[in-house]
Amino acid sequence: MEFFRIRRDIPFMRFAPVFNIVSALMFVAAVFFIFNRGLHLSIEFTGGTVMEVGYPQAANLDSIRGDVSKLGYGDVQVQTFGNAQDVVIRLPLREGQTSVQQSDKVLAALKSTNPQVLLRRTEFVGPQVGSELATDGLKALAFVIVGIMLYLAMRFEWKFSVAAIIANLHDVIIVLGFFALFQWEFSLPVLAAVLAVLGYSVNESVVIFDRVRENFRKYRKHTTVQVIDSAITNTISRTIITHGSTLAMAFSMFFFGGPALHFFALALIIGISMSIYSSVFVAAAIAMWLGVKREDMLKSGPGRPKNPNDPNAGAVV
Amino acid sequence: MNRYPLWKYLIMAAVLVVGFVYALPNFYGEAPAVQITSAHPGRDLPNATLLNQGTQALKVAGIEPVRGFISDSTLNFSFATTEIQLKARDVLAHALNPNRDNPNYIVAVNLLSLSPAWLTGLHAFPMYLGLDLRGGVHFLLQVDMQAAIQKKLDSIDGELKSALRDKDVRYTELHRVGDTVQLDFRDPEMFRAAQPIVKAVAGDSIITSEPSAAGGGSFSIKLSPQTIQQTETYAIKQNITTLHNRINELGVAEPVIQQQGSDRVVVELPGIQDTARAKDILGRTASLEVRMVDDSPEAQAALVSGGPAPAGDQKLYDRSGNALMVKKDVLLTGQNLTDAQTGFDPQNNQPAVFLTLDSRGSRIFRDVTRANIGKRTAMVLIDRHRAEVVTAPVIRSEIAGGRVQISGSMTVPEANDIALLLRAGALAAPMQIIEERTVGPSLGQQNIAQGFHSVTWGFLAIVAFMCVYYMLFGAVSSIALAVNLMLLIALLSMLQATLTLPGIAAMALALGMAIDSNVLINERIREELRNGANPQAAIATGYERAWATILDSNVTTLIAGLALLIFGSGAVRGFAVVHVLGILTSMFSAVFFSRGLVNLWYGRKRRLQAVSIGQIWKPEAVAVKSSAKR
Repeated sequence: MEFFRIRRDIPFMRFAPVFNIVSALMFVAAVFFIFNRGLHLSIEFTGGTVMEVGYPQAANLDSIRGDVSKLGYGDVQVQTFGNAQDVVIRLPLREGQTSVQQSDKVLAALKSTNPQVLLRRTEFVGPQVGSELATDGLKALAFVIVGIMLYLAMRFEWKFSVAAIIANLHDVIIVLGFFALFQWEFSLPVLAAVLAVLGYSVNESVVIFDRVRENFRKYRKHTTVQVIDSAITNTISRTIITHGSTLAMAFSMFFFGGPALHFFALALIIGISMSIYSSVFVAAAIAMWLGVKREDMLKSGPGRPKNPNDPNAGAVV
Repeated sequence: MNRYPLWKYLIMAAVLVVGFVYALPNFYGEAPAVQITSAHPGRDLPNATLLNQGTQALKVAGIEPVRGFISDSTLNFSFATTEIQLKARDVLAHALNPNRDNPNYIVAVNLLSLSPAWLTGLHAFPMYLGLDLRGGVHFLLQVDMQAAIQKKLDSIDGELKSALRDKDVRYTELHRVGDTVQLDFRDPEMFRAAQPIVKAVAGDSIITSEPSAAGGGSFSIKLSPQTIQQTETYAIKQNITTLHNRINELGVAEPVIQQQGSDRVVVELPGIQDTARAKDILGRTASLEVRMVDDSPEAQAALVSGGPAPAGDQKLYDRSGNALMVKKDVLLTGQNLTDAQTGFDPQNNQPAVFLTLDSRGSRIFRDVTRANIGKRTAMVLIDRHRAEVVTAPVIRSEIAGGRVQISGSMTVPEANDIALLLRAGALAAPMQIIEERTVGPSLGQQNIAQGFHSVTWGFLAIVAFMCVYYMLFGAVSSIALAVNLMLLIALLSMLQATLTLPGIAAMALALGMAIDSNVLINERIREELRNGANPQAAIATGYERAWATILDSNVTTLIAGLALLIFGSGAVRGFAVVHVLGILTSMFSAVFFSRGLVNLWYGRKRRLQAVSIGQIWKPEAVAVKSSAKR
């Protein structure tokens, strides 16, 4: 079985401008949503109390909301979690009241209406822990960006490293944009997923760049555009099969992982889908516009291992 | 060209065997068990007699344990069901601790791995499951360091007061300005006389003296950075020790009590559901009382006969379980004690505990010791309505000045232990719960099941696709993927890393990404074949060419994983550990291991006509049937 029967190189770069306009629009929209609507941060970041309660039969959310709001908390959220019996209640931080008092009070109020309610989980996070997590998250992001750029600049060329990082931030921002637009809960596992997407997406770009470098050496007569097109064409079947496998895993988590992995898997699914697109159209196109040339690839920089099977190794144009 | 030397196959085989052995304990499951440990660290270790005693008690109650054995310093009984386990816990607690007020053993419920003894002997243990998978309570406590510093300043304050009074040096004012102790004099003579005293009391602090225009002067005493750091280190250490002692009482089998950062403590109590009680015990305050020991003949007689205590007395136990008659009158409380340190008796160089009392405390203590030379005092620690005699020294002489030395036959660790208990018995600095998480056991079970399902279905989907699309090479890739999963589990078990739900997610993701390396390789081989290379050359070139790409793409992913590991905490770190390990194992299994398998299969055939890697479609020669036939 062979899915992809490609006769000659697909002129990906001819369509690059169109797709880049689409990308730019998506990017701007994502930034707009992030700033305008903001992320719906979980209590791990904001601080507060979360309770998960279980009922033997489908829960009556309105009655629960009524019971909790009687206690005088301002911004309370009551949602079902996974199935109709389990309910998550979020309480904001309140001065002078510990989370125990909060959760005990709420549970007592719920019990008075329906004594069969069962406390499944409580979580409380103080305000300073949350802000620390946010800074740590940003630090991690900065570390990843700098680390990847340095590595790519060393192994390839600065133009590739800039192109890759722009493409990957594009993916990350769009994932965040989705979370802002739909107000999905942004929790610590989701942050982990977003950073994993960053690593994953670079992985993608690197595979293509690797082939671009090789093709520059192999086809001496080709123009840069032809080289990039043939590199993408050569790797396209691998790109799709790999992403198919990883997506299969992410979907498996989405469908079988239960509510706890729901948004984690969702972030991965969006991130993986975006990274297929961005490595082809964004990363390669930016590298092209930054003016990648054969000469960039042929100077044997320090740290680049010589490929013994490369017939053109050491060749000078 | 496609042959591995023998040593490479040996490495493959060795890794496979080691990986299998260390992954194995995870598949045996766990049985409900009761664990019995000594309530006093270092003493009363479980032995064969205790094992016998426990087995007998269970037999009387009609409970048959599946297994009963001693490992390290715990006595374990495993049972068939949770109901039996809970019943057995009560039976054992009752039988092994005849004195309810002063239990000798901690009897805790736990889950015990069912893996056979030979695996345990190889130090092959199952992965440690995080609280989100096994249920329990998690607390993050913040230690109030400012309070610890204030307490240190209080003690300098108090010592200065009593030292100056002893030497009859009169000051105008002793007060606190922020983090400094200010001592003012109007009389120039007194100001001069105070100099050496201040130096002696607050030697390791920063002292600035300032003569005033009127002739007197003032000292301001500020803690030096070293002292502050020392105070903080000491406060957190003491708090952790105190928490340990308190948690012992909860009967938790494997509590985690760890320092996090410079001023935080993580407490994890697996299996505990009663948060209110846990918090109550963590947050309580213990108090210290100094009382007299009643060594009168009546009291002794009551002790020996076990009769009622004489009026005004109370029967208490010391830490080794000996009974003492102690007067109910409280002479001093822990509030009058400002510090307790370990040191050595200058006369005989024996370990000793040095106490510092505040001015009121020293006055009372002087009067008490003057009147009671030759008698014993008892230092009683009251912790949750349970009184225990920490130490009961004999008064040798009148003690003035508020510096008390307790010496006698004790070892250095004992002295440390006593100092620790006396120092506060409570916490060195107040703590506040800043994060709290409770996971019910059913939720934990559900998380495990769901995590397991997502890995399984994703894995099966990938394997099915690979085998159909790449035929034999797909099967090799699938085997490599399975090996990858096994190695990952083995590594996590060896490192005893904590597996959490995000960790399971990372495992699924790692498998998804690991297959990438194999796809790269397989696609490369197909490409070489398409370009007309002979099969053996195609395999060799395919693996070699793909390697550079695999290395680059994995290093970048590794950078992201390391960032998560360095900056992440909790859920993020749980994810990162598995993510990073998964990348490393995938490089081994996808490149080295899969090539080994391919070499075994194809390497020996000199004249290889075709390889089974699915269809190779050649654009220019559609008419020629694919060369990919078995």
